[in-house]
Amino acid sequence: MKVTIDGIEIDVPKGTTILEAARMIGPDVAPPTMCYHSKLKTSGGYCRTCIVKVTQGSAANPTPMPKPVASCRTEVMEGMVVENTINKEILEARKGVVELLLINHPLDCPVCDQAGECHLQDLGYSHGAATTRYEFPRREFERIDIGKYVQLHMTRCIMCFRCVKVADQLTDNRVHGVMHRGDAAEISTYIENVIENEMSGNVIDVCPVGALTDKTFRFKSRVWFTKPVEASCDCKKCSGKVRLWMKGEEVLRVTARKDQWGEAIEFICNECRFEKKNTADWKIEGPSPIHKSSVISQNHYTNLNELKVQVMKQQKALGFMDINKRP
Amino acid sequence: MGRKLLIHNDKVPNIHTLEVYRANGGYASVEKALKTMQPDQVTDEVKKSGLRGRGGAGFPTGMKWGFLAKPEGVNRYLVCNADESEPGTFKDRYLMEKIPHALIEGMITSSYALGAKTSYIYIRGEYFYVARIVEAAIAEAYAAGWLGKNILGTDFSHDCYVQVGGGAYICGEETALLESLEGKRGNPRIKPPFPAVAGLWGCPTVVNNVETIAAVVPIVNMGGEEYAKIGIGKSTGTKLISASGHINKPGVYEIELGITVEEFIFSEEYCGGIRNGKKLKAIVAGGSSVPILPAALALTTAKGEPRLMTYESLADGGFLTGTMLGSGGFIVMDEDTSIVKNLFTFSRFYHHESCGQCSPCREGTGWMEKILQKFLNGTANESDVDLLWDIQSKIEGKTICPLGEAAAWPVAAAIRHFKHEFIEIAQKKKFVDISHYDRLNKLVKA
Repeated sequence: MKVTIDGIEIDVPKGTTILEAARMIGPDVAPPTMCYHSKLKTSGGYCRTCIVKVTQGSAANPTPMPKPVASCRTEVMEGMVVENTINKEILEARKGVVELLLINHPLDCPVCDQAGECHLQDLGYSHGAATTRYEFPRREFERIDIGKYVQLHMTRCIMCFRCVKVADQLTDNRVHGVMHRGDAAEISTYIENVIENEMSGNVIDVCPVGALTDKTFRFKSRVWFTKPVEASCDCKKCSGKVRLWMKGEEVLRVTARKDQWGEAIEFICNECRFEKKNTADWKIEGPSPIHKSSVISQNHYTNLNELKVQVMKQQKALGFMDINKRP
Repeated sequence: MGRKLLIHNDKVPNIHTLEVYRANGGYASVEKALKTMQPDQVTDEVKKSGLRGRGGAGFPTGMKWGFLAKPEGVNRYLVCNADESEPGTFKDRYLMEKIPHALIEGMITSSYALGAKTSYIYIRGEYFYVARIVEAAIAEAYAAGWLGKNILGTDFSHDCYVQVGGGAYICGEETALLESLEGKRGNPRIKPPFPAVAGLWGCPTVVNNVETIAAVVPIVNMGGEEYAKIGIGKSTGTKLISASGHINKPGVYEIELGITVEEFIFSEEYCGGIRNGKKLKAIVAGGSSVPILPAALALTTAKGEPRLMTYESLADGGFLTGTMLGSGGFIVMDEDTSIVKNLFTFSRFYHHESCGQCSPCREGTGWMEKILQKFLNGTANESDVDLLWDIQSKIEGKTICPLGEAAAWPVAAAIRHFKHEFIEIAQKKKFVDISHYDRLNKLVKA
């Protein structure tokens, strides 16, 4: 099927979504996502950051779709024409979605373990405004203990439903879900249940923000001070293909390997994730591919000064204060 | 007097019983359809009648039925949407409470047309007493052989069940209703697929409003062409209007589509004019989610033609100078009404009823309510009006289901037509009287 996204034509198999087609073209035209995860069925459609304008439904029926559609849940049609980054309305709408996602987010990035690999942080940086127009107290939730390994910090949650889908699709018995509704909706377990199963740690990997974090890694290090390496082991429960986050010889954290979109490639079991924290447990394969724009790769650059100049240019364009010239 | 087809019998004593309903010509459409017509003929009559969905969107019912996928060996379902929760709308309750058999008769006839062996009536949680009335009527219908196996000795068998919802506005959205009916959390599904292809338990399903299904009865009885003669243009037949607000005679009225708005508000047959001799300020024509219209635009369109009670005439001028017939929740406001306070009430409702699934609605509805609360408290600034406008534009059209629009439209329309009221409050020239809420709060605390 031929589909045109931002003026670039691509041939994709039937059943491909607009988002997947855009990702095949490349990151420049791919819409940002928060709730979509390529390895989880029926994920996506909730956060609305990936909305695009369909200016031609298909070759057979060329009428445009009246509203912006969620690209992650809309399948392409033959001859479909999609506008993403070239449509001002869409960029404006996306800014609106990001603003709404942020109004109740605590912005406690300086103390949040997710900082540096947080999708909302990236999204706020690329699409958000420098200041907020929200003047009311932000929503807060009581912390709930959901088990030995995973910390639930509901205040940071953006309701992507990915952790719910992980429990549905990787385990037999889901004990957590969404309670209440509207802006009082929260992820929780049913009457102080704890999540105890072999794959429960994957909720950490799929959480796009810092709502679900690794208790064994809590406050140990900022992620950009650790070095990611690909490693593997013979595991009976999972593929054993993991990413180790090392500081010197010490393994601080184990996660699943993630693709360029920040989505786990293969889910791993709790034993690999939480119990094997020695290099002797692993066969190291080599350094992990991390995009150079990611903050995680900043310590591995030699030309740091050039990077600083670049970052400052971007910040000026966004209207941020120059931290080097404090009043 | 306009013709009445749905609630013409509502004053007959004991019309809720099968005996009296039958004596007044009830279940004739079932007899006619099952004995003399093929299912497709019934659908054709509905198509000819031009009946449009009475739940709010006004989608042609015959076309909706035509979309129903009919694969071999797969069950089809008819689901009646009785989750009437739109503020200002109470017509379905009246119909089910007074003449429950009219709905059941419509369910049987419609199911016959669609080939559905099972149908469900999903009633909102707050209508539990109505559910009892409908259940009692269903039991009567089973006992008399109108439901069950081989109805009237034909091959057609049908079962009808009542399901009471938990009391959520969102479950009136058809896919959220289906989720709830399946026993899940009532969150709207992402479409496509539409229910006509994969609805209840993945099977092809038609979801219709109570009034739509009840209207199938007169359509089959009198024929679609005859029914289409009532009304104007594409707005055919009669419509139940729930009239409320500052009028002399609030209540449920059945109108022939095509009477003027002026006649509806001021004639003795319907609302009987504004109470206490006050002047008309604004109307909300079709339930709280449709745009509010100031008096001048309510009675005449922007072109200067009289505004009619039809889908087209009310929508004349788009949202700039028009509104929608919606579900027929007709709210009339007199000159003393504060549009800002009214808008706050609506916004609070949508904030409370947002399901929380998608971000613009979950976050935006609460934000809008909080800003409107500032207007009520007298702490708002002029910039808050622009902010409110901006937020609603960021919600509208960006959400999974129409609740986002339902929350955004009233805000947009109130600012569009009554911006001066917001500005006056922001400039501290006027204040909203909120003593009403103080009294309510005291009552709640006591």
